[in-house]
Amino acid sequence: MLLNIDKVQKSYPGGRPVLRDVSLTLDHGQTLALTGESGSGKSTLLNLAAALDSFDGGEITLDGTALSPLDDRGRAALRRQSVSLVFQQFNLIPSLTVGQNLSFHARLANREDTGWSAQLAERLGLADLLTRYPENLSGGQQQRVAIGRAMAVRPKLLLADEPTGNLDETASANVLDLMLSLVAETGAALLLVTHSQDIAARLDRQAHLAGGHIV
Amino acid sequence: MTFAIVQALLSHWRRHRLQLATLLIGIALATGLWSAVQAINAEARASYQRASDQLALGLYDTLRDPSGTIAVDRYVALRRAGWQVSAVLEGPVRIAGRTVQVMGVDMVTYPALPAMTQTEQSDAPPDPSDMLTAPGRLLATPELAEHLKSQTELPPIVVSDAVPPDLILTDIGVAETLLNRPRQISRLVILPDQPRGVPALSEIAPDLQRVEASAQLDTQRLTDSFHLNLTAFGLLSFAVGLFIVNGTVGLAFAQRRAMIRTLRALGVSMRRLVWMITAELTLLALIGGALGLVLGFFLAGALLPDVAATLRGLYGAPVDGQISLQPEWALAGLGMALGGTFLASGHALFRLSRMPILTGAGVQSWRSSTSGQRFSFLIGTALITGGFAIGYTVEGLVAGFAMVGGILTGAALVLPYFLTLALSVFQRRARGPVAQWVWADMQAQLPGLSLALMALLLALAANIGVGTMVSSFRLTFVGWLDQRLTSELYVTARDDQQGKEIAQWLGPQVDAILPIRNVELTHETGPLFLYGVVDHETYRDHWPLIASSDSAWDRVLTDQAVLINEQLARRADLWPGDMLTLNAEHTLTIAGVYSDYGNPTGQAIVSMQQLDLIAPGAETRQFGIRVSPERATELAQALRDRFDLSRQAVVQQAAVKAQSLAIFDNTFVVTSALNVLTLGVAGFAILTSLLTLWTQRLPQIAPVWALGLTRAQLARLELLRSVLLAALTAVLALPLGLVLAWALLAVINVQAFGWRLPMFLFPVDWAYLFVLTLLAAAVAAALPALRVLRLPPADLLRVFANER
Ligand SMILES: Nc1ncnc2c1ncn2[C@@H]1O[C@H](COP(=O)(O)OP(=O)(O)OP(=O)(O)O)[C@@H](O)[C@H]1O
Ligand SMILES: [Mg+2]
Repeated sequence: MLLNIDKVQKSYPGGRPVLRDVSLTLDHGQTLALTGESGSGKSTLLNLAAALDSFDGGEITLDGTALSPLDDRGRAALRRQSVSLVFQQFNLIPSLTVGQNLSFHARLANREDTGWSAQLAERLGLADLLTRYPENLSGGQQQRVAIGRAMAVRPKLLLADEPTGNLDETASANVLDLMLSLVAETGAALLLVTHSQDIAARLDRQAHLAGGHIV
Repeated sequence: MTFAIVQALLSHWRRHRLQLATLLIGIALATGLWSAVQAINAEARASYQRASDQLALGLYDTLRDPSGTIAVDRYVALRRAGWQVSAVLEGPVRIAGRTVQVMGVDMVTYPALPAMTQTEQSDAPPDPSDMLTAPGRLLATPELAEHLKSQTELPPIVVSDAVPPDLILTDIGVAETLLNRPRQISRLVILPDQPRGVPALSEIAPDLQRVEASAQLDTQRLTDSFHLNLTAFGLLSFAVGLFIVNGTVGLAFAQRRAMIRTLRALGVSMRRLVWMITAELTLLALIGGALGLVLGFFLAGALLPDVAATLRGLYGAPVDGQISLQPEWALAGLGMALGGTFLASGHALFRLSRMPILTGAGVQSWRSSTSGQRFSFLIGTALITGGFAIGYTVEGLVAGFAMVGGILTGAALVLPYFLTLALSVFQRRARGPVAQWVWADMQAQLPGLSLALMALLLALAANIGVGTMVSSFRLTFVGWLDQRLTSELYVTARDDQQGKEIAQWLGPQVDAILPIRNVELTHETGPLFLYGVVDHETYRDHWPLIASSDSAWDRVLTDQAVLINEQLARRADLWPGDMLTLNAEHTLTIAGVYSDYGNPTGQAIVSMQQLDLIAPGAETRQFGIRVSPERATELAQALRDRFDLSRQAVVQQAAVKAQSLAIFDNTFVVTSALNVLTLGVAGFAILTSLLTLWTQRLPQIAPVWALGLTRAQLARLELLRSVLLAALTAVLALPLGLVLAWALLAVINVQAFGWRLPMFLFPVDWAYLFVLTLLAAAVAAALPALRVLRLPPADLLRVFANER
């Protein structure tokens, strides 16, 4: 099992519990769509799986590593090595060029493969944009860079939180197609948070979050 | 409606209290440092003016004897001939460990002195007959009177507020006793209404020299350059403070764009908004300015005693050690605060007034400023070039300061360009992704930090420049003291007769007796003191010549030539080979120029025979005694006992040196204090810039954190970034500081004091300053770094979440 979320609980300081008792598994190469109403805790769950935040109860195991005993440093190492992330916005490092952004994660993880990176840039339509800075890109272009950066590591698990949430329909379809084909090609597993039933329908499995539980 | 707008505008400051505090502190620091210097200058000038008024100095022509003092008989003869003149005897005396100026006037004939009339009109006026009959009375300030109280042998003291500090005013008869100079007169004052038909002075007193009232050396002129130096420093501190104001106002305006857009959309006109913001800035400037005045007042109070000591030591200028509040000073300070605030916010205000109603609310993106950077690089280069051009083509102190100002401002303007250049080189060389990001990120942060870094550059350059000047000067000065003060003992006799006796008695016991004899002459550049020397290796081997022709000493000692001091050489542009006119009959070739630090007036040296020719009958009261150093102390005591001389009349070399060095060190206490303060202000500017940049920081670091860096790593990198930028700035500040040092030593000093100094380098001081800078940068970045360390992951994650 690649990702095992077991009876996880999470609440923010001063708020009601967001996740009451969430369990979810994801196998190598599997794709899963996570849906739910706004505020139901989808992003929260994804962030926990990415070792970005700590949780209050239960356990998450990522590629054989239990997350709850990890300290800041252990979690950072795990993010570097075991997952790739694509968020809704501000994925890119503003002070680096597109080219530098594309290779940043792979270099950080010591897994840079220049041939693969070039191929990714080509397929994502970024080859002409490599020396530009993120602020000069359109939203769709920015998200494609984020996907390219995530895939350049050849991750076992890609976590994506509404990667097309800020894009119009055409751009959104284009970005999603590219992402799904790359995932399929590299054999990565995907946990995708989305609002759209159409998108969810294209993945292997679906999970719905409501009232702090998977239903 | 107005009230609603005011409320909206002010709500910004309520939410950004730190920003408000920073802005006020910036204005207060700028105003405070500037006002402190102004207060010191004003106080000193007021003191000079008061002293001149109280003693009626510079009002009347005077008569002097170039060869020394005037005998009482001459005075009597002149009065008998019908001349309305009045005698004055003055000189320093040391009482209870303090040097005090004594001025004795002929109370009967002297014109009404404000100091006297005011005292006579007081509640307890002294009896006029007491003043004239033994033991007489001494007039002194309450503070000096307190100091003199314990001296029982002194005549009774009349306390008066109408006399200058550190001066005893008394009848000439009393002064004779106090100064131990019986029947001597320093100068005769020529009263304004002379009877008709008196014989011409040139007939009855050809040896006396008439000095016009306007030609008398006045303290104000002497000390002008000293005050100008202080003013320049005040201005530098002011400028550094304005960098803080500029940075804060710029950010506050950027952050308020959204609100202003909303207000405009609601129908408030831009004109009205600009007026309201102007009013707001005025209010802030006045509050900050008022705080600055308080700061300046206390700072001036703390620094004034040192300045006063310097001015007294260097120029004998009377300055009170106490600051008093003057309304003009406060008004000028507030004016500076207002002017400075608008100067620093003008650009932001202008940009705001031009803002189209529909632009984005975000803080301006950083990359668009590269064109601005190129522009400021061009302006900066032009300023530097212009500065050097002025320095090389125009003479005068103001031109010197214009050059320094041009170079400093220009260098500040080109700094961002050079930093960007350096950072991109480092980025290209960087190996790892994190290193690459750090360099790139520093480049991205640069526009927000560049003003603070400019302030740091200026502060560091000023530190290096002034530090180099002071240390070079000190080194030169110490070496020069060793050359000049070669005699082991310096003896001052009461009069010519005692001088002869002392010389006779000492003759067989010591290696050499070097009479020191001088007369005061006038030269077109001001007073000129002419010294006579005898032939001795003390002079030949040690005298600090900075320019000389062949066998200079041989020619001087065989009456063919003269040596002049550097001040005279530069002021009159006279160099070896030129001719110096000493008086109508005597003109000599200049054989050499010697350095003569700390002396504001011109000086020349001829052989003793030559001096006798020029000013016959000049008396010799001072001697330098060469004796083996071990015997100096014992001999000094023997001299005092045998000739009943005071401690001050027999001084050992070491004591003179120590005193000279003490005066010297005092001189620069103020400059180093201002220096340290300026550096502190620059450090504060970095802190405030980092804090204001904080709002833009999260989107920069959140992605890096998400990709696998810990917050601790990021916090360390925050510190590193600030330290690296400061280090780069410091590296660039070094050459700038050295240029500044050169300008101070070779241009400003020459214009201000009349001497040029060799430049020495002090790498240890630089290393120390460098470490201090890095520390300051680390301290400034500590707070932001700590914030990163403590940042909850949820805050970082919010960056990625949609804010619908
Ligand atoms: N940092 C935080 N502090 C306090 N409460 C938070 C924080 N982040 C999220 N929440 C709360 O937790 C709940 C779940 O938030 P989350 O962002 O996970 O929802 P979501 O399902 O991703 O919603 P959306 O579809 O709008 O993105 C919400 O009620 C939200 O208000
Ligand atoms: Mg969400």
